[in-house]
Amino acid sequence: MSEPIAIQAPQPSSIGSSRIGAAGFAIGIAIVALVVAAALVGNALVPQDPFTQDLGNRLKPPFWMEGTQPGHWLGTDQLGRDYLARLVYGARISLLIGIMTVITSGLIGITLGVLGGFFGGRVDDFVLFAITTRLSIPVVLVALAVVGLMGSGLGLVVATLGLLLWDRFAVVARATTMQVRNHDYVSAAWCAGASMPHILIKEILPNIASHLAVVATLEMALAILLEAALSFLGLGVPPPLPSWGLMIAEGKDYMFFSPWVIMIPGAALAVLVLGINLVGDGLRNLLGAERLR
Amino acid sequence: MLRLIARRLALGVLVALTVMTLAFLLTRLSGDLAVSIAGPQATQADVEIVRKAYGLDRPLYVQFFAWTGRAMVGDFGQSYFFKDSVANLIQKRLPITLTLGLVGLSLALLISLPLGILAALRENTWIDRGVTLFTMVGQAVPSFWLALILMIVLGLQLGILPISGTGTWQHFVMPGIVLAFTAIPALTRLTRSGMIEAMASDYIRTARAKGLSRARIIFKHALRNAAIPVVSIAAVQLGFMLGGSIVIETVFALHGVGYLGWESIAKNDFPVVQAVVLVLAVFYIGLTLLADILNALLDPRLRTG
Repeated sequence: MSEPIAIQAPQPSSIGSSRIGAAGFAIGIAIVALVVAAALVGNALVPQDPFTQDLGNRLKPPFWMEGTQPGHWLGTDQLGRDYLARLVYGARISLLIGIMTVITSGLIGITLGVLGGFFGGRVDDFVLFAITTRLSIPVVLVALAVVGLMGSGLGLVVATLGLLLWDRFAVVARATTMQVRNHDYVSAAWCAGASMPHILIKEILPNIASHLAVVATLEMALAILLEAALSFLGLGVPPPLPSWGLMIAEGKDYMFFSPWVIMIPGAALAVLVLGINLVGDGLRNLLGAERLR
Repeated sequence: MLRLIARRLALGVLVALTVMTLAFLLTRLSGDLAVSIAGPQATQADVEIVRKAYGLDRPLYVQFFAWTGRAMVGDFGQSYFFKDSVANLIQKRLPITLTLGLVGLSLALLISLPLGILAALRENTWIDRGVTLFTMVGQAVPSFWLALILMIVLGLQLGILPISGTGTWQHFVMPGIVLAFTAIPALTRLTRSGMIEAMASDYIRTARAKGLSRARIIFKHALRNAAIPVVSIAAVQLGFMLGGSIVIETVFALHGVGYLGWESIAKNDFPVVQAVVLVLAVFYIGLTLLADILNALLDPRLRTG
């Protein structure tokens, strides 16, 4: 019996390698490096504090517009807080959520996928069932419900997204494990008397790791977008933390007169996600040469 | 063929039952529901009254089986906030979400099919790279942000569409565009790769050798084969889109099921939350089942099951 189509279904962006090529890979790495640098040292370089309010200087426009305030390069928000300081602080939140979610969901998905792909039979039936069930659960709604019922917070957002976004890890780990489990080096390890955990961790995992790295970039991008959406709806990272999604939500009431309050954090989000996806695409092309048979 | 459908149907029912259990457990996560329903000002006595009135004093498994049993026949209980039956609420809101989903999917197909075909026929040219870049950017733009930009441009500056609300067909245009954008990247890439694969196959070479016209080769032979995965994935995508419409419905204040879900989460109205999760999951399960059947019907190679 063939697998249900939902499992074969290429979820957003998991299909084919793009023709953006080496230039895209370089741009992607540059973007991600820039955002990481902003997250690490940004607030040391920006003189303003991201949390200090200055009600006399509310909604000052950024440097390319008229009426800009010296010292506030990207202007100020509705409470007079420096927008640049908040933006670079927000990079920390996005990256932290992205990385932590990938670690959590990766652990769950890779464990399930490798076990299912390696043992087959009943174990695999269970893993397939778990993936099918997970795919049928509406992610945003359930994440919103969990955060809404248990209270918002960074840790809870990570835990919720981690428990929800493991499906692609499992699908890819399962498929690739199935392909490598019959290779000679696995049989050789058996004959050498290696234990089951040794074979799974030392023989199988390193040989599927490159594929999982590509999935990790996709999931990181997805987790960052979902966190932004949750925070935008008011059920993610709580204020006054400057999550980019929350900045867009707070700026929404002023967007018709000061569109830049939503344009700046939204553009930052889009550029970061594009950068991560370009890195993922580049990795896929790079690893394409040694693609599994 | 029938065996395949029967097995998929059984799997779907099993998945639905599992989601049901998860949906029930989800709403019990908050700890004491009676406290959250009674509100912050309630005294201990008030909480006890609420607990009794809503049947929350019964053991968890009794509550679970009572809810499951009634949910099977379409009775999801009463909403605490809306003072109406949950089934009624969902029935009223569902057509809006389904309309939005279909508008979104149609727009997505109208854009991604031509783009994918064009990119495939002009493989490795700047047109192809442009289409790829478009899909990558489309994937990176947060849907709620795109929604706000459309509101500013189409709603305020050009003034051609209403900014938010439900009511006329115009209210579905902007949300439909945003929802379509969530599916366009995947569908475009899929059409492109399917088309490239089809154009490189033996039957296309045969068709060329027979001297058929290029248009006939592309639309009659290649597209038919490239469309098989696109059609079935489109059904799965519609399931994802219905589940994901919550953000878009909330931004545009479009009163569909997603918006209902958001409202009830904000109001701790857990019978509605449970039911909305379940309804969206059942739609997804049904649509993937449909995709599997469509796939088998369109591709004779899969009919043996």
